[in-house]
Amino acid sequence: MNNVFVYIELENGAVADVSLELLTKGRELADTLKVKLEAVVIGENLAGIEKELAKYGADTVWVADDKIFAPFRTLPHTAVMCGLIEQEKPQIALFGATPVGRDFAPRVSSALHSGLTADCTQLVIGDHADPKTGKGYTNLLYQIRPAFGGNIIATIVNPDHRPQMATVREGVMRKEEAAKPHAGEVRKIDWQKFVKDTDLAVKIIDRQIEERKINIKGASVIVAGGYGMGSKENFQLVHELAEVLGAEVGASRAAVDAGFTDHARQIGQTGVTVRPKLYIACGISGQIQHTAGMDQSSMIISINTDPEAPINKIADYAITGDVNDVIPKMIKYYKQNSK
Amino acid sequence: MMKKQLNIVVLAKQVPDTRNVGKDAMTPEGTVNRSALPAIFNPEDLNALEMALHIRELAGNATVRVLTMGPARAADIIRDAMFRGADGGYLLSGREFAGSDTLATSYALSCALRKIQPDLIVAGRQAIDGDTAQVGPQVAEKLGLPQVTYAEEIVELKEKSIVVKRRLDHGTEVVESPLPMVLTVNASAPECRPKNAKRVMKYKFALTPSEIAAAPDTEAARRATEKEYLQITEWAAADVNPDPQQLGLAGSPTKVKKIENVVFQAKEAKKLTAADCDIADLMVELIASHTLG
Ligand SMILES: Cc1cc2nc3c(=O)[nH]c(=O)nc-3n(C[C@H](O)[C@H](O)[C@H](O)COP(=O)(O)OP(=O)(O)OC[C@H]3O[C@@H](n4cnc5c(N)ncnc54)[C@H](O)[C@@H]3O)c2cc1C
Ligand SMILES: Cc1cc2nc3c(=O)[nH]c(=O)nc-3n(C[C@H](O)[C@H](O)[C@H](O)COP(=O)(O)OP(=O)(O)OC[C@H]3O[C@@H](n4cnc5c(N)ncnc54)[C@H](O)[C@@H]3O)c2cc1C
Repeated sequence: MNNVFVYIELENGAVADVSLELLTKGRELADTLKVKLEAVVIGENLAGIEKELAKYGADTVWVADDKIFAPFRTLPHTAVMCGLIEQEKPQIALFGATPVGRDFAPRVSSALHSGLTADCTQLVIGDHADPKTGKGYTNLLYQIRPAFGGNIIATIVNPDHRPQMATVREGVMRKEEAAKPHAGEVRKIDWQKFVKDTDLAVKIIDRQIEERKINIKGASVIVAGGYGMGSKENFQLVHELAEVLGAEVGASRAAVDAGFTDHARQIGQTGVTVRPKLYIACGISGQIQHTAGMDQSSMIISINTDPEAPINKIADYAITGDVNDVIPKMIKYYKQNSK
Repeated sequence: MMKKQLNIVVLAKQVPDTRNVGKDAMTPEGTVNRSALPAIFNPEDLNALEMALHIRELAGNATVRVLTMGPARAADIIRDAMFRGADGGYLLSGREFAGSDTLATSYALSCALRKIQPDLIVAGRQAIDGDTAQVGPQVAEKLGLPQVTYAEEIVELKEKSIVVKRRLDHGTEVVESPLPMVLTVNASAPECRPKNAKRVMKYKFALTPSEIAAAPDTEAARRATEKEYLQITEWAAADVNPDPQQLGLAGSPTKVKKIENVVFQAKEAKKLTAADCDIADLMVELIASHTLG
């Protein structure tokens, strides 16, 4: 009762990063509220999964383990999650803002008539007074999120309905093991009670999922190329600089659309969100849809022929110059000065 | 034998164009003046409309109508959809709906959909103002229907089911769902066909009853009154039999506590040139501060 739930998403049988990030945040929220952190795993072949979840602070690991749950389908997942929430009455439930979380969390919230806040960038516990009635609430979840294409930041609360539900994108929260492992006590979900035959009506006919090879999200240095790189051949310069610096390669959507590189490298609103130590933007103008995915970087360097490019407004260093001139110089002077 | 008609409803929202915020939409404080943004057809709802029109072609005997909840001027997107090929539309409008979060929005839409009883509901994945992508799945749940999100392509339309390819982060999935059901359409699906000049001529006088009442003596109002195909259905809350407790602000569990405008201010960047000395100094500094290496 009253605990914090985190839905655990699986990718090829392994726990998705976003779920570990949510456990890290969930641990912090549960400590503030002095309640337990409970992980919910719905899938197949889940034996032993609790070990990793315990490391990230899970006190309890709820498990529904059956072949009907993999690959993910909306209706059986919704039925299990709704049933368990009604049984355990958590005060908070967190989901990854992934194709899975964004598919079924809205459905769960609709069935339970509890609010859901999408794509939160911060989650904080705080108090609230209703502006009309003056009624006071303590220890609500402030769900802070950008909207209007990133032009505003809204703080949303959910005063009267439980659980308070939120989704968070991958890479937005920190991922960190708890100071000491928690119990990770496994409890079986009595899912047969919740899932009806009609929940199995949608059939998966085919799935083509590529392994994730590119890991820009975890990189501490990213060299990103935009449309200003000019061509696919010239985009190699971005790879060369990244290679020398031990960095990953990112891209703007215009560079991806022009075929310079893969979609998996796209950073921004419709790509990945990153926050590396250093972000080098090469020939990227810095439209809001791009900066939404990288403006949390600790340091930003931009290389652009246009001194007025919007990216320079958020850059720490704005180099006015041609990528074809600047990037080779960066490689040269890095090699000369390192070690 | 004539097949039963397939009735498709597209959910579409009129939104402020948040994608290209020009200088004229900025306040002197560097924030966005939302009312200065042009009102447009939500981009992914155009992908949804195209998918619905395509399904109409596959089915042969089918209709496509647009349902939108919004203020009176939202009738513009219904006309826009008619110019591109839709058969007509419904505007759900009234003060009762003000302040709706996604749950109250999906509840209101589901009341109208119960009245329409479509065989297939096609929504966009996400609206570019609220940015939640929650309304499609919530409508499906309220109606007790299955859903397929991120639809990119119709693989096959069968008598009682539909086979759909969906776009995921790292690949695709093909699923089959029984009808009726709810599809939400991804931006990667085919773009919407343009407005058709003949249809623009035919439907430019399509009006809602409120629009006719506002200017009854105009040529447009006279034509719309005469021709049924020029009449856009308009419903107030009472027309769709809702539980008033579930509408608008009262029906919204989420409350906006605070809104901060993002200020696009010039944080002073250090300006460098492409000269060798500038780049060399920068690399030395990055190495010394352990940002690199
Ligand atoms: C700053 C801000 C933040 C907000 N955050 C949240 C939040 O986190 N949670 C929440 O519950 N509400 C939130 N809201 C309220 C939410 O924006 C509105 O409820 C809105 O009416 C629907 O949500 P959406 O724009 O996100 O639509 P989405 O869910 O993104 O829309 C998906 C699809 O549903 C259909 N659709 C949506 N609205 C309509 C409509 N009016 N008529 C016809 N079809 C429609 C369209 O096909 C659309 O493509 C927020 C509002 C603001 C201003
Ligand atoms: C709904 C929506 C979602 C979107 N999502 C994303 C997203 O996730 N990620 C994303 O990146 N974009 C996204 N976009 C697109 C975004 O709006 C921009 O169009 C895109 O980021 C522009 O990419 P760019 O900066 O590479 O190209 P451009 O805007 O064309 O900028 C190229 C820059 O290169 C500079 N340049 C040209 N030649 C040189 C040279 N030789 N040397 C140095 N500089 C040079 C130019 O001065 C210019 O500033 C989205 C758009 C929409 C509408």
